[in-house]
Amino acid sequence: MIEVRNLTRYYGSKPAIVDVTFDVEKGEVLGFLGPNAAGKTTTMRIITCYMPATSGTVKVAGFDVFEDSLEVRKRIGYMPENPPLYHDMTVESYLDFVAKIKGVEPRERKKSIDRVVELTNIRDVRKTIIGKLSKGFRQRVGLAQALIHNPEVLILDEPTVGLDPKQIIEVRKLIKDLGQEHTIILSTHILPEVSQTCDRVLIINEGRVVAEDSPENLSERLQSSEKFTIQLDVPPETALPVLEKVEGVNRVIPEKSSGDKFYNYSVETVRKKDLRKEIAKVVVENGWGLYELRPHGMSLEEVFLRLTTKEEEVEAS
Amino acid sequence: MRGYLAIVQKELKSYFVSPLAYVVIFLFVLITGIFFYLYLSSFIRYAMQVALQAQYYRSMAPKLNINQMVIRYLFGNMSVFALFWLPLITMRSFAEEKKMGTIELLFTSPIKNSQTVLGKFTASLIIFVIMLALTFIYMIFLMVYGNPEIPPILTGYLGLFLIGTVYIAFGLFFSSITENQIIAAVATFGMILLFWVMGWIGNFVGPDTAEILRNLSIIEHFDDFAKGVIDTKHIVYYLSFAFFGVFLTYLSLESNRWRV
Repeated sequence: MIEVRNLTRYYGSKPAIVDVTFDVEKGEVLGFLGPNAAGKTTTMRIITCYMPATSGTVKVAGFDVFEDSLEVRKRIGYMPENPPLYHDMTVESYLDFVAKIKGVEPRERKKSIDRVVELTNIRDVRKTIIGKLSKGFRQRVGLAQALIHNPEVLILDEPTVGLDPKQIIEVRKLIKDLGQEHTIILSTHILPEVSQTCDRVLIINEGRVVAEDSPENLSERLQSSEKFTIQLDVPPETALPVLEKVEGVNRVIPEKSSGDKFYNYSVETVRKKDLRKEIAKVVVENGWGLYELRPHGMSLEEVFLRLTTKEEEVEAS
Repeated sequence: MRGYLAIVQKELKSYFVSPLAYVVIFLFVLITGIFFYLYLSSFIRYAMQVALQAQYYRSMAPKLNINQMVIRYLFGNMSVFALFWLPLITMRSFAEEKKMGTIELLFTSPIKNSQTVLGKFTASLIIFVIMLALTFIYMIFLMVYGNPEIPPILTGYLGLFLIGTVYIAFGLFFSSITENQIIAAVATFGMILLFWVMGWIGNFVGPDTAEILRNLSIIEHFDDFAKGVIDTKHIVYYLSFAFFGVFLTYLSLESNRWRV
């Protein structure tokens, strides 16, 4: 649905994005992840025809954003980071105006407005002047605006910024629902958001794509060292010498345990090696009680930090 | 076409929800009214004087021309007031969209830049026509209590309308190149003023240059309209000047699509 090829954009002599290439399939929800000023917004602005690329091409539904800009714009709903709202209009007249310039047929207009008002849950503020709305409502009107012409492609720049926790959950659910029939790109720096809403993640840092995968795979791929917690019924004096001798174990760290009956240990092993089986075997052979064995998957949050702080383990993987 | 109408409608709505349009229209009509009163009362005093003198010398009182003595000057004044007020009408058109980020909505919607520019141009022109229409009340007074010639009044309004298209076109242009409304208004005012005084500058240079400068001057072309003369060269001057301004605005918007 969206084909981005070797996209580069300079601001003056400073590159904002360099050689960004990716595809988004129809019906896919792609998450853009990256710290501030990583080039997320620039990429989105190029896809939505707001600004041109220095080099590279973008095709949306087969139309080039530069050559067939109008065709592309018909198919895209875009919610910029700051929702583009006219503060002196009421929500309803604003949506009516947007429907008109997005080319919604006059007969369909009322229906479209009703639909997006329901979807984004802004029924109560329909007749309110936008300037008087809270940040959360403005954000939702911005989302309503992007949905009004029922576009094939939705581009959402940080859609949940400024919402309260309840609204964030609602909006994420909405995005997930929309993802059934729309192709969506959303950018965010909130990590749980990506794993909750996206089929695929693209991590951008300093204008370059540094990783691209499903949230689960990404997490798995980046488990540079396997870590897990075990709970035994023997104290460290007995357990440590034995555990540390197991082939592949880096180190074993006794952890604070809740009572004096059980002892927790954190076991670190060398990269890409699952030693849970071996550890369990050793424990059983010594006749100890194994009460818990729990792997520590790395959360996306950790992945993100690693990627954007350029740790060498990432480079190696 | 639909996009164009949507822009016109939206612009007019936003003019009338903010107090600015009301203030500008009210002050324009008020100040025009004050001058109308002053010209008319001095005209009446003069007419009385002439009548008395005629009686004294037992001669026919000369027929005084109200078109020449009141209306013509009033039109001259209105063309100056418009210079002060119209930049205030046009200053927000693009500058505010840029500042509020709503330009992002326009640029990413399937609407052509030409529709946006013409829509905003039309909306500002409608405001100006409302301003002019309200001053027509004064002309109606003259028609009720006197008998002015109608054609010079109509050509005067035509002239004001044309001069307004120039002010608005350049107002839009300066608004499209800045985010700051004040700068947009001041730049518009400054540029038009420059073209206004160009005729005066002609007095200080050689005759050939003076001729060129006078032909470029905005106000030189207005005089004939105020007198009741329609000359195509003046119409062509204003329309091409306005077209140039609109075209520059269009280019300034369009450049966002390709300027890297």
